Amino acid sequence: MSRFVLLGDEAIGQGALDAGLSGVYAYPGTPSTEITEYIQKSKEAQDRKVHAQWSANEKTAMEAGLGMSYAGKRALVCMKHVGLNVAADAFINAGMTGVNGGLVVVVADDPSMHSSQNEQDSRFYGKFSMVPVLEPSTQQEAYDMTHYAFDLSEKYALPVMLRITTRLAHSRSSIERMATREENPVKLPTDLKQFILLPSIARKRYKMLLSTQEKLEWEGENSGLNRIEEGKDRSTGVIACGLAYNYYQEVAGDAGLDHPVLKISQYPVPATLLNHFIKQVDRVLVLEEGAPMLEESLTGVLDNSYQIKGRLDATLPRDGELTPSLVKKALGISTEFAREVPEIVKNRPPVLCKGCSHIDMYNALGEALEPYDPGRVFSDIGCYTLGALPPYNAINSCVDMGASITMAKGASDAGIHPSVAVIGDSTFTHSGMTGLLDAVVEETPVTVIISDNSTTGMTGGQQSHATNRLLEICIGLGVEEEHIRVMDPLRKHHEENRAMISEELEYKGVSVIIAQRECIQTASRRLKSQKSKVES
Amino acid sequence: MKRDIILAGVGGQGILSIAAVIGLAAVESGLYLKQAEVHGMSQRGGAVQSHLRISDSPIASDLIPEGSCDMILSVEPMEALRYLPFLAKDGWVVTSSKTFDNIDDYPPEEEIFNEIRKLENHVLIDAYSIARELGSQKVSNMVMLGAASEYLGLSQESLEGALDMLFGRKGKEMVELNIQALKAGNKG
Repeated sequence: MSRFVLLGDEAIGQGALDAGLSGVYAYPGTPSTEITEYIQKSKEAQDRKVHAQWSANEKTAMEAGLGMSYAGKRALVCMKHVGLNVAADAFINAGMTGVNGGLVVVVADDPSMHSSQNEQDSRFYGKFSMVPVLEPSTQQEAYDMTHYAFDLSEKYALPVMLRITTRLAHSRSSIERMATREENPVKLPTDLKQFILLPSIARKRYKMLLSTQEKLEWEGENSGLNRIEEGKDRSTGVIACGLAYNYYQEVAGDAGLDHPVLKISQYPVPATLLNHFIKQVDRVLVLEEGAPMLEESLTGVLDNSYQIKGRLDATLPRDGELTPSLVKKALGISTEFAREVPEIVKNRPPVLCKGCSHIDMYNALGEALEPYDPGRVFSDIGCYTLGALPPYNAINSCVDMGASITMAKGASDAGIHPSVAVIGDSTFTHSGMTGLLDAVVEETPVTVIISDNSTTGMTGGQQSHATNRLLEICIGLGVEEEHIRVMDPLRKHHEENRAMISEELEYKGVSVIIAQRECIQTASRRLKSQKSKVES
Repeated sequence: MKRDIILAGVGGQGILSIAAVIGLAAVESGLYLKQAEVHGMSQRGGAVQSHLRISDSPIASDLIPEGSCDMILSVEPMEALRYLPFLAKDGWVVTSSKTFDNIDDYPPEEEIFNEIRKLENHVLIDAYSIARELGSQKVSNMVMLGAASEYLGLSQESLEGALDMLFGRKGKEMVELNIQALKAGNKG
């Protein structure tokens, strides 16, 4: 069929559509955002009325996906690695309930932390919940494996994780499509108690999950996704997981290497395959993107006669993403020629856009806090986290979605006053509302600034659930109306905005200040598209 | 035929458009393509790059190994220097001379130009002025693509065809402006 150029993320979106998808559920997060965006923009998805609206957070997304699966249809749930922490309760228990319609969970990890607060490896979650994990190496494999993931999910009635990393998510290549499959009709589970995890049922479900593991290993041996490629030079055997396989191919091609290779793209990895491979070679080099998960399972804690090289013995760095150059070095090949970066080249970190509303909010907050000692501003995940950098130096924490309000509460409980939270609108509806309720219930002295730019900015301007709802939400949660203040963060209002913050900092209860002005990027895109509509 | 190119610039300067034109032209010419790009945080005024690889045989890695890149094509001169470890011994640096100064410790312009001139194979071009003469500074990126076009191994027709496919939706004038920019860069 047709051949076209797609990002790894987009290949997954197309693969899911062609596999008979009925709904995608997700919260934006780099590097996973483009999967859902692709489906949202797809004409065939619109024609088929495939569900593609954003969810409030990854947990609600995961649960809605499970609900669609319960009803017999195929669902895709997408998130970045730290999003899986939010969705973990639902994800782990979906392994226990199992599924009805195919359920595929795409998790995009971000080794080297290009746009994240850690580089956790989601394959551990797959092992933890005992569901199959697939790890494609190329855009074509991302497409093909999405299809296969739905088959596997329906064959074993289990959710399947598709794990990718930044480089595959955000790299383009051409792919070939296969034939499109019909969506499933609505069909309830045969056993209407399957999804009730009461202890008596859960114990049975858990035994079933445990007994399925052997079959999942059998799949890993026979699907063709884990395979041995013969090589003449048996001094080293290379185990290459996911994307790392590409780097070995690149280096081997250039340097004329011919080692046996075990390509891994499906977990659980069958022990028989590993044993068979390792016996053929003198030593093993394990290449995996992320944590040394497979390597650790091979080395174990006992001394053994096999030499296992990888991230644990410093053949490769313990942290950060792999590169062809690192793999080259690990294979003992020196890079003959490489220039240095001239000293005059300076770092150019990301910055808040010119005209951004967060800037005016931080300027007003900074001045209002001048009478107090520094170190009392708890912040969150979003563009406004860039307030940590000069010239603002405005915040003291960024931990996880929603942690600003709850950390400010805890610090306030400990005696810090004023204690300030700065959170974005989309982050607030993602995970901030429950923390605010805690503060309301205890009447904890905190000043919460919701910097509302009416979008999910850092990931490229997706719709925010908070838009036009913040006031009602705060009133509904029980914040006193006279302490819900709305400001227009513009330079010309600086003095009144500063005064408003100063007043609320002194209040010994819960205050919410909504600093409301549209994101400069989404505003300019909106104006442009309005202009072109008027012209045409 | 194989070309490994690093596109460099600052978030918002349009390097992904350059990548899209080269990528489309390459695929339409029947070549293999891999192109890794940066999304997310760095797009907010930070340093961005894209590894673009085209070849007549399958490409394994999405990233270019150090010391092996054929060309660094940059829309900002300091950004061109940031990726020098990737440049092959006989590789080219093709860069716009227009600086984008959004940091406190941005080095003096002349020092940057001196570093670029130290390289045996370099093209330093005032893409900004050329684009402005054409009527829009926004097409600086296409002037840069034009300046690099003869080293790309892609025909002028295939690049113009790609521009037509990518900008056709925005009207004939837009396509024509971008083609003019491409041609002006090629002459400069």
